[in-house]
Amino acid sequence: MNKINKYKLRIQTLVLMSFLFASFFTISSCDTDETQTVATFTNLEMADEFDVEGAPNSEIWNFDIGTGPNSDGWGNNELQYYTSRSENVTVQNGLLVISAIEEDYNGSSFTSAKILTKGKFSQAYGRFEARIKVPGGSGLWPAFWLLGENVDVDGWPQCGEIDIMEYRRQEPTKVSGSIHGPGYSGLTDPQGQVTKSYDLGNDRYDAGFHVFGIEWSPDYINYYIDDVLYNQITPSDIVVTPADAVYSLNDGVEAVEATAYSPAVEAVEPTDVTGDWVFNKPFYIIINLAVGGNFPGNPDSGEAFPQNMLVDYVRVYKQ
Amino acid sequence: MKNIKFMYSKIMLLTGLLFVITMSCERDISDQVEFAHLSKTGEIFTDSPIGLGSDFYFPYTGSKATAWSVDDNEGYESAASMRFDVPNANDPTGNYAGAIFRVDGSGRDLTEFDALTFWAKATQGVAIGEIGFGQDFGLNKYQVSENNISLSTNWQKYVIPIPDASKLFDERGMFWYSAGTQNTGGNGYTFWIDELKFEKLGTIGEPRPAILNGEDVVQDVFAGISLDLTGLTQTFNLGSGLNKTLNVAPSYFDFSSSEPSIAFVNEFGNVGVSSGSAVITASLAGVEADGSLTINAVGQFELAPAPTIDPSDVISVFSDTYDNVPVDYFNGYWEPYQTTLGGEIIINGQNVIKYTDFNFVGTKLTTPLDISEMTHFSIDILMPVVLPTDIDMLIVLKNENDAETTLQQQRIGGQTYQWSDLTGDINDTESNATFETGGVWKTIQIPIRPTSETGLDKTGVNLIIIERIKSSNVTDLHIDNMYFFKE
Repeated sequence: MNKINKYKLRIQTLVLMSFLFASFFTISSCDTDETQTVATFTNLEMADEFDVEGAPNSEIWNFDIGTGPNSDGWGNNELQYYTSRSENVTVQNGLLVISAIEEDYNGSSFTSAKILTKGKFSQAYGRFEARIKVPGGSGLWPAFWLLGENVDVDGWPQCGEIDIMEYRRQEPTKVSGSIHGPGYSGLTDPQGQVTKSYDLGNDRYDAGFHVFGIEWSPDYINYYIDDVLYNQITPSDIVVTPADAVYSLNDGVEAVEATAYSPAVEAVEPTDVTGDWVFNKPFYIIINLAVGGNFPGNPDSGEAFPQNMLVDYVRVYKQ
Repeated sequence: MKNIKFMYSKIMLLTGLLFVITMSCERDISDQVEFAHLSKTGEIFTDSPIGLGSDFYFPYTGSKATAWSVDDNEGYESAASMRFDVPNANDPTGNYAGAIFRVDGSGRDLTEFDALTFWAKATQGVAIGEIGFGQDFGLNKYQVSENNISLSTNWQKYVIPIPDASKLFDERGMFWYSAGTQNTGGNGYTFWIDELKFEKLGTIGEPRPAILNGEDVVQDVFAGISLDLTGLTQTFNLGSGLNKTLNVAPSYFDFSSSEPSIAFVNEFGNVGVSSGSAVITASLAGVEADGSLTINAVGQFELAPAPTIDPSDVISVFSDTYDNVPVDYFNGYWEPYQTTLGGEIIINGQNVIKYTDFNFVGTKLTTPLDISEMTHFSIDILMPVVLPTDIDMLIVLKNENDAETTLQQQRIGGQTYQWSDLTGDINDTESNATFETGGVWKTIQIPIRPTSETGLDKTGVNLIIIERIKSSNVTDLHIDNMYFFKE
């Protein structure tokens, strides 16, 4: 029942999104300067071309290690143990190689890697892009995504999440781009994230490299695959899911009357951010290859390992 | 400049006219002409057969020859489709449907495609036994098949990927199928196929070829023998995200041997072995195949002992000791259920019968034999060095003619040595000779029982069938010295 509901909602969302997409093109073909902004960000702010062999450039990248802060597979029942070992993550021949390996390691049956620019690079707005070849094989979840840098202060989903690329082998010709935020986290039923997938039609993503990118301004996020703009998300696309929790940035303060020993405290209301467009602050970059978990399901028995996710470059531009 | 352009167009026009006129006077091009470039047409059937010529449908022996037709009342988003009427199991004109569609004329260049695709539906939910391409009744060099294709009562699209399209530069075997009623209780049904064509989908990936079904097999064999690699498959992930595994012909693979002087594999997957050890591996279109065969060739093949019964008391079917009666074949390759491969081979100068992938097999005598005077049927059987764990077989002597079929069947290999009565029931009345050791010839002498017990008309025995029964896992065996004798 739950699954059916989720599926239906996704379909509706997709239908809605395709409608927007269609109208965008219709309009833009007559008038490109007023109704929509087709962004062109060209000032390179940060780039890793993965030209230096060995470990990823430590001036740009950190690692997440293990199975998540709650040891629950990063909140998604993922099966891998993330390491920073060269077996799992290395730069070779001009490519970042993240390898998912089937092995017993610290109680997990797979290892892989997750690199992130947290604390080293973050930026609000601009073009974020990466040229990636996703791995073949079932039960894998390669992703290129951004998280709001206030995640440790305000938590998720208040910090916001921009998924530039997520892939699973159930749909080898599709990847999806999504945003998650307070009131549209995607964890509820029906799901609330704003998402759309792009189907190559006559090709599959594990067969070659593709450029996955967003162009992000204060009031929209454009999603690109190669040279195709396939979605635009704006604040008006956010629909707060009734089942989703109410999110606030603080707990508020209760009023306290003055006594002989202490002054009065004025009440402060919690800052309700439910349904807010939270994509107006710096975000950092994450690239990872998960094994198993809620999105792709577990690998087929007998699946071939290791499987490699290849990244040719990551580039970030400003307007 | 203007003038020059004008001139050219005039010249072109004139040349064009000349060409048209000349062509219209020319006779048709001879059939003998060989074209350098073969047709790259992918379509096989849309609303009618496409480019197959006039003589392209070849039903299998024993199948219902009229099973296929063009149906002008059914079609996937069209007015016509191919209709296949699978007969009832008791249809005297053929108890299954099966045929190849072979281009009548030059082959096609299919190198730019990656799959055979079609839309299909059936009168009921049913699994079609086999569907594929690359079968041409020649070498069937690039044959591909998918087993048990599940059809529903609604039109659905089916995809059979090409294992390696670069091999299909001159292919005549466009399509083949074999459909029986083993899953429908013997009741016939109809299925339709439409929009049958080779396509470039671009969505097929992750090739996972395998030999020996992906297993690493170690086999002890006799030096001097040859054997066929089996379990040859190619698995792809389709655009639907689902995996599909196909049975593919050996010629799609590149085989390699760690010691070619000890074990050499030809393009048909046949391994010739001399003395020693070697590991056979394979790749398909540059992708290493799962599975390997480690061969340990130990000692020479031991030939069956020569029979000693006086030739005047013998009617011999297969023996180097006696004169043999004429035989049509030692393996009828009976479609669609027989898997048994092999037949007569020569080892160290002696004729031996070798069967692989055994399930059942038949020897057909050219002239029915009168065995009324004979008391026994003798057969020498050699099981592999590693003895199968469950040996259970029937040997059937048959008199099959237009009027009736009578038989005597005898169960061997189990704990009891049995024979069947008139109703075909197996009675265990005889003591048995079991196979205690692999790699050693066993002579089995089956008493020919009175006609009153078995029903066998002994005046015209024309078929000898060997059949694996129940859970038996006999897959490879050698046979020699098949003869009737009287004590």
